[in-house]
Formats: sequence, structure tokens, C-alpha cells
Amino acid sequence: MRSPEEEPPASTGGTGAAGDDGEVQRLAMVWAGAVAGTSYVPLPQGEVEQLLVGLLRRMKAVLLDASGCARTVGMEVGAALIDAHFTNPRSLSRTLDVLLGECPATIGASSPMDADGNHGAGGPRMAERRWKELVAAVAEGFSSALQERALREQEDILAAAAQAREQARQELHVSEERFRAVFEGATIGIGIGDLDGRILDVNPALVRLLGYPLEEFRRRSVNEFMHPADVERVWQLYDELIRGERDHFQLEKQFQRFNGESVWTNLTVSLLRDREGLPRYQLALIHDVTALRELRRQLEFEAHHDSLTGLANRKMFLTQLDDLFATAAAGTRAGLCFLDLDGFKAVNDTLGHEVGDHLLVMVARRLESLVGDRGLSVARLGGDEFVVLVPGSSGSTELIALAEEILAVVARPLRLGSRQVLVTASVGVVERSIAEITPAELLRAADMTLYWAKADGKSQWALFEPERDAQELTRYSLSSALPAALVRQDLLVHYQPLRRLVDGSLHGVEALVRWNHPRLGLLGPENFITLAEQSGSIVALGRHVLQVACRQAFAWFGARSSGPFVSVNLATRQLREESLVEDVRQALSNSGLRPQQLQLEITESAVIGTDPLTGRTLQALADMGVRLAIDDFGTGYSNLIYLRRLPLDELKLDGTFLRELPGEGGVDSLDVQLLASLISLAHLLNLTVIAEGVETQAQVDLLLSLGCDAGQGTFFGAARPPEGISAFDDLDDLDAADGSAEADAGTGPS
Amino acid sequence: MERPSWAPAEVDLTRPSAARVYDFYLGGSHNLEVDRRMAREAIELWPDLPAIMQSNRAFMRRAVRYVAEQGITQFLDIGSGIPTVGNVHEAAQQADPRARVVYVDNDPVAVAHSRAILGGDERTAVIQADLRQPEALFEHPSLTATLDLDQPLAVLMVAVLHFVPDEDDPNGAVEKIRARLAGGSYLVLSHASAEGRPEKAGSHRQLYRRTATPMTMRSRTELENFFDGFELVEPGLVWLPLWRPDDPAAAEQQPERTTGYAGVGRKR
Repeated sequence: MRSPEEEPPASTGGTGAAGDDGEVQRLAMVWAGAVAGTSYVPLPQGEVEQLLVGLLRRMKAVLLDASGCARTVGMEVGAALIDAHFTNPRSLSRTLDVLLGECPATIGASSPMDADGNHGAGGPRMAERRWKELVAAVAEGFSSALQERALREQEDILAAAAQAREQARQELHVSEERFRAVFEGATIGIGIGDLDGRILDVNPALVRLLGYPLEEFRRRSVNEFMHPADVERVWQLYDELIRGERDHFQLEKQFQRFNGESVWTNLTVSLLRDREGLPRYQLALIHDVTALRELRRQLEFEAHHDSLTGLANRKMFLTQLDDLFATAAAGTRAGLCFLDLDGFKAVNDTLGHEVGDHLLVMVARRLESLVGDRGLSVARLGGDEFVVLVPGSSGSTELIALAEEILAVVARPLRLGSRQVLVTASVGVVERSIAEITPAELLRAADMTLYWAKADGKSQWALFEPERDAQELTRYSLSSALPAALVRQDLLVHYQPLRRLVDGSLHGVEALVRWNHPRLGLLGPENFITLAEQSGSIVALGRHVLQVACRQAFAWFGARSSGPFVSVNLATRQLREESLVEDVRQALSNSGLRPQQLQLEITESAVIGTDPLTGRTLQALADMGVRLAIDDFGTGYSNLIYLRRLPLDELKLDGTFLRELPGEGGVDSLDVQLLASLISLAHLLNLTVIAEGVETQAQVDLLLSLGCDAGQGTFFGAARPPEGISAFDDLDDLDAADGSAEADAGTGPS
Repeated sequence: MERPSWAPAEVDLTRPSAARVYDFYLGGSHNLEVDRRMAREAIELWPDLPAIMQSNRAFMRRAVRYVAEQGITQFLDIGSGIPTVGNVHEAAQQADPRARVVYVDNDPVAVAHSRAILGGDERTAVIQADLRQPEALFEHPSLTATLDLDQPLAVLMVAVLHFVPDEDDPNGAVEKIRARLAGGSYLVLSHASAEGRPEKAGSHRQLYRRTATPMTMRSRTELENFFDGFELVEPGLVWLPLWRPDDPAAAEQQPERTTGYAGVGRKR
């Protein structure tokens, strides 16, 4: 584009009078106004006028110069308009309108020609003709330049379009190559088919997955990849996809490989649409999930099976049980044999866990082979607990028979490495109609019954009894309530006198614990001591009783080196506690009572086969000066010989001795003689002998005749709360006899 | 927007292109029959259209001259179309021969054409990019090789944002662009608005559905939001012919008929 500044100055000799140029300026303004807006010209209006002024001056110049070629100048002016981007045909028509409306004289081009006679037949007509020639040439120049420009721009834009297409083609090529690389290199199988099910292309991963050569894929149709195990849904989905009703689906499907074996895959089929949205192709992505499924199956198995034995685990057993209850018809019965091995802990402790595990595996195998044939399954619930579920059982008889078989297979000798081992099991058996029980209750009942089988001596089965269960439940709730009762001080200590047979004087008092249960009333120790031993709360309970009894005894007796004592029962479990000696020492020092004023009663069974700890404990207590008595003698082994080794002071004969003695007539019976020799034997061992359960004067007389030292029982007074015993009536006598009470009272607690 | 960056753009010469239609309005021949057919239909419905387009082009010329006078020598013309008549680099280099210009368009034909025209000019570059992805644009090696982003520059978004629908978040794009500009940079913006001729806007939008870039007319208030973070220079956001006209007297006649707002903002 030429800028107006480059235009040759419009000048010929003698022209350029201000008035003439003023006309040029005016005309340029009119012209500019006429063409304004016909096309975009990147110039301010003022510059457009300047441009046109220049063009008009050139036209004027050629009119004045007869030697100049008007046509050439006209064409240049027309082309200059195009150059300035007056490219609209309307730019031309407006231009012609303006120029033709003028006569040459207007721009001052006619008068000089008139004055110059050299130009031959001049005059206004000549000037007019020449002006028209010039304007016509402007039109020609405009059209010609516009055509040139339009053709050039068309060429440019088409070349640009071609260039852009080529660019896109190359990019597409790159993109296709990239796609090809993805297709060829993908580890996931890819197949492309048309909507008729013809397979168009598959990638190497799919060829490898199914093992057919590429050509065979291309010969086949999608339908030929049906697998016998396909669920109907697969091909329903496929049809929906082909009909364009869905865009993709995904599922797990098997394919048959070339060699006939099946491979599990994750299959995703997508519908490919063209730009108009019409379905064109189908794309299948096929991923081998055989290993994944195997892993999943494995994980599932592991989640539901015991890793040691491979049996169903607790979780799976509970699921089976729930399923059974959920699906069984009304009236169906079910049974459980719940077993554990007797003394398994000892096997683990003495032979090691490896042997223990081996033992469990072998028991599991035996159980499995026993019940597997009957379509029953065994589960290992944990530790050495196994359970056999019998769905649709006929009654307890069937379950008991099974329990006996179980006991028998477990009891068969086992070879563990070089050892021959004998194990036994205990089995809890429960069999109910499922309508009357829940799965959880059934399992709890079996658990409880197993406990009974154990408690009743092991190596046996026990059958669930609802009544017994109810009792046990009471025990359970007592057991769990005991610690709280201790805190609430619901546990009381009552006292029963022990009296000398010779003179009826006070030998001592036995402290007996009572539980003032908020709902059940006053409970004797027989109701809860065993529970406390099982739960472990006996330790706290025992400590409490010791403290209370010692304090009470000090209140009654003060501190004495001899005289009546308070006798406190020790449970077997307490004897096994290392803290016992310290507890006793504490109870004594806290109360101020002397050791000689405390007697501890232990049962025969607690000291049979005394372990070293118990032995040391007893010795320590004896060394301290505390009296030790054997309680309830005669209910167990009644072996006095082993008692020799123990630092005992007193023997308490169980009440059954007196009950079994004949009436007054049979004094010389064998039982009496036995009792007599027992008492003399005890005396030989330097033990005081006291009889429990003394109810009559006759018994007192008999016992006296046999040399028994003291008695305890209703005849001498029942156990009573301390509030009911203000003081023992014969204490004064004791004081008189001993006289040391005053002196020692000061050592008690203040 | 759905096309991943590595998939090729399509060159579809059967659809009209906004860039080539614009060229036709300006009196150019860089257009195809399909473009001209659409443009003629549009003119039939709305005879002012060529004048509007010319008014828009004239605004750009005035705006470039203005920012060049403020000392700006770097220009980023986003949505440059086919830079034939009255293009930015000529106007800019007229003011300062050292001026550098980067043209950006997403129309592959316009880009190819621009490259053909500007092939020899080292102070210009042409990038095929999409203003909806400013990050990619500002990291384009041709841009970073041509423009110094640490220095102020003028971003031109002349008659382009109305081709970005609201769901493509034009404000977000402008904000991201603003964030990359040095302080003292300029935003030159013009945008179609139905406020001038509401009765014409509907049919016009309809026509542009044929192109790859449908139109979204916006209100003046919406357009002001594009200048968040910029300070509008005098005379603010106004109808196209009213922005610093060459001839204030000529410009006053029914400026709203141009149905386009124009403004220049300076980044604070």
C-alpha cells in the first residue's frame, strides 16, 4: 500500500493556484464522504481525504498535460483505491458518481487548456472528453486491481487452507502413528469390529491372550466368541449396544482360547459413533483377569478359612449359621457339637507351639474325615475350639451319637514326630428347633455346655439343659456383679463361735463371708466363692475379709499372745497368690491383732500335691506365728500322712463325720473307731482337733469321749453378724486367766 | 475443548469460519463461498453489519496507536483472525519499528494464512492456540521467544470473547492471562452486546451456530468484569465508535447501532 506521502506532488508549471487547489480539497472531501464505509480502510478520515487529494491532483495534472496519457493515470488512480482497500464495488460506483458529476473546470483543469492553443482543437468539449476518458480509466483500473487482488487473496486463502489441511493431515498421521503404537504396544487386548459383528482389527495383546492368529480373528464374527458359561445378560447387553441403546458395558466374561481352555477376562465394549452421532464401530477392551480372580478367590478363602487347618473360620461358621437360620423351613432343627481339647495348653507349654499346631491340624483332619462324608462341615473357632454344625438334625440322640464319635476319633493315639500322644476332648452338645432359638443363642448354649462337660470332668460330652443354663446364668451374673459388690460394701462378715468341748469355753470364732445381694438377699459363700475364684475377684474379696475379721477380732479380744483367735477361710486360689503373706501381714498390722490370734483355714484339696510356692507360703505364714488349720477334713483324700510335712496347728473334721455316725446305740461301730483313730493320729501330729456341724449334746459327749478338743455348730451357736454379739460372755474369764490384755492393748491401731 | 492436545485439529472447509466472514465484512477476498453465503444472509437480516465490523477494526487501529503512544512495544493479539487489512503489526510498527507482535488464533486456516503473510518478519510470530487454555498459550515457545513477559505488553482481545460461551469460563481465562502480565500492561477489548440492537441479536447468534465458534452476547456489566484488575483508561467502556474517535463529530451518530462495546484497561 502506498501512503499518500509518496504520491508525486501534483504540480505542473503555473498551476496550483490556491483557488484551484481549494476546489481539489473540496472535491476530495465530497469523494471521501461518498466512499466512506463502503469498505474497511485502515486510515482516519483525514488521511483518506489526503489520499484522495493526491489522486485528484494527478488527474488534474494529466488533464493539463496533453502529452500525458489520461488512461494510464486513470488506471493508476483506480488501482490506488484498491490499494487503500476501497475494495467494495460500491466504492467504485460512489467514486464514479462523484467524479462524473463534476466538470473538469471545477478542479481548475479546463481554463489552462483553453489558454494553451498548442493543444489543437481544445476547448471545453475536448477537456470534457479527456475527463471522461480519465474517469473511465479509473473504473478500469479499479476493476482490474480488484480482480487482481481478489484472485491473489483467493489464492492465498486456498493456499492457507491447503496448508492447514496438510498440517492437519501430518498431525493426523502422527496421531495415527501414536494410536497405532498404543494399539500395538498395549498390554490390554483391543479389538475393533463393525456393527455387523465382523472383527476388523485386533492388537497383538489380544492375539496373545486368545492364541488365534490375526487372520482367524478377521474371519470370525463377534458371536463366535460366545462362551458356554456366558450368562444371558452378556449378549443382551451386546445387542443393546449394537442397537445404539447403550454406549458401553463392562463385565467379566470367559473366552475360549485356541487350545480349548478358558480364560477369564474383564471385558469392556464401547460403541464408537461418527461425528453425526451415528453408531459406526464397536471397540472391545479385553483384560486377562484369571490371575486376579484366582487371587480374589484365594483372599476370599483366606478371609473365611483358618490358615492353620484350612477349616472354615469363625466368620464363615457364623455366616453359615445365619444362612441356615435365614433360609430354613419352619420346624427345622439344628444341632452343634462344640468341642475343645483337654489340656491343650499343657501340650503347647510342654511340647511347644509347633507340636500344638501339628496336633490341631491332625485333629482337624480327623474331624473333617469323620463328618465330611455326611455332608457336614467343621469349623475352627479359634485356639483348640472346633464346632460341627448339623443342619436339619432329628434330635439330641443324633447329636449325642455324633459327639461320641468325635470323642472317639480325637482320643485315637496321635503320633507327633517321634512321640505318641493321647489327647481327649470335651464336647458340648446342643440341639434345638431353630424356631425357638437364635444363632447367637445356639452358639452360646453350645459354649456353655462345653464348659459343663469340662467342669464335670472332661473327656466327655454334656447335653445342654435349659434349667441348668438358667442357674449358670445366675452364677454368671453374680460373678460379674461381685467386684461392684465389694466396692459397695455389700459383702459382710459373720462370726460363728468355736468352743472347747471340755468346758465350753471360747476356742475361737470363725469369720464367714456373706453377700447382701440387693435382689437375691443374703447369699452364703457356697453361692459365690467358687465364682470369685474363677473370675479372680477372690483375691480382693479375701483381702477384704481378712482386714475386716482382724479388725473385729481386735475389737473383741485386743492383742493377746494366746486365747481365742479369729479363723478366716482361704480359697485355694488365694494360696497361689504371692501377695497372700503380705496381705496377712497388712491385715494384722492394720488391726493390731497378734499373729497367734489369727487362724487361716485351708482345704485339703488346696494343699494336696502342694506346689513349691504354696509350700513356701504356708511356711512363711507359720513362721509369722499365724495358726493354720485344715478345713473340711474328710471330704477329700483324708490322708493324714502328707499333712505331716505341713506346719499345721489344727484339723477341722467335716460335718459329714458326725452325720454318718449311728445313733446312741452303736458307739462301738467301725465308723466311731475310725474317727477315734483319726483324732488320736492328729494328736500324734500335735494338731488340735475340732469337729464341725455339732448339733446335739450327745454329739458333744461322743466327741469328748473320743478325745476331740473343740466343736463348732448350731449347738454352740450359728454364725451371726458382729452387731449381734456385743461381747462373748466368757471373755472376762479369759482375761482373768491370761491377764495380758491390758498390757498389749496399746499396740493396736489408734 | 474435548479434543486432547495431541489430537489434530480438524480443517473443515464446509463450515463458515468467523475469521473469514470477518474478512469478507472488511472487504477482503480471503474467504470461501460458504463464508460469503453466511455473511450475505447476515447482512440481509442486518445491513449494519459491515459497518459494525469496520467500526470494530477501526477501534483496534486506534487502540493500538493509543497504547503504542503509551510506550508499549509488545502486542499479543488473541483471536487475530486473518490479519490482512489494517493488522496490528503494521499499525504498531508504524508507531515504533521495533514493535513485536504475536498473533494467536485457533482457526487453523487463519493461522496458516497468517504464517504465509508474516513468514519473513522476525518481530512477529503466529501461534495456533486457544484462549481458553492460557497456560498453554503463555508457555508456547514462539510466544516466549518473541515477547518479554517481564515487560508490559498489550493484550488484544478484539471481538473474540463473544465466541467463548459462559460454560467455558471466559472470565477465568482473562484472569489467568492478567496474572501473567507485568504491571503497566494493557488489555484492549471489544465485545458484541445485544444491548444496542436487542431485536437483531437473536437471529445473528443463530447464524453463528453454523461456525465452530457460536456467539455469546454480553451486557456492559458483564464486560466490566473482564477488566477486574485493570484500570479503564478514558473514556472507559463505551460503544465502539466512541472510543477516542478520530473525528468526534462524525462518531456521535447512533453509536449504539454498532452493538459493540470497547475499552482499554491498564494493569495496576
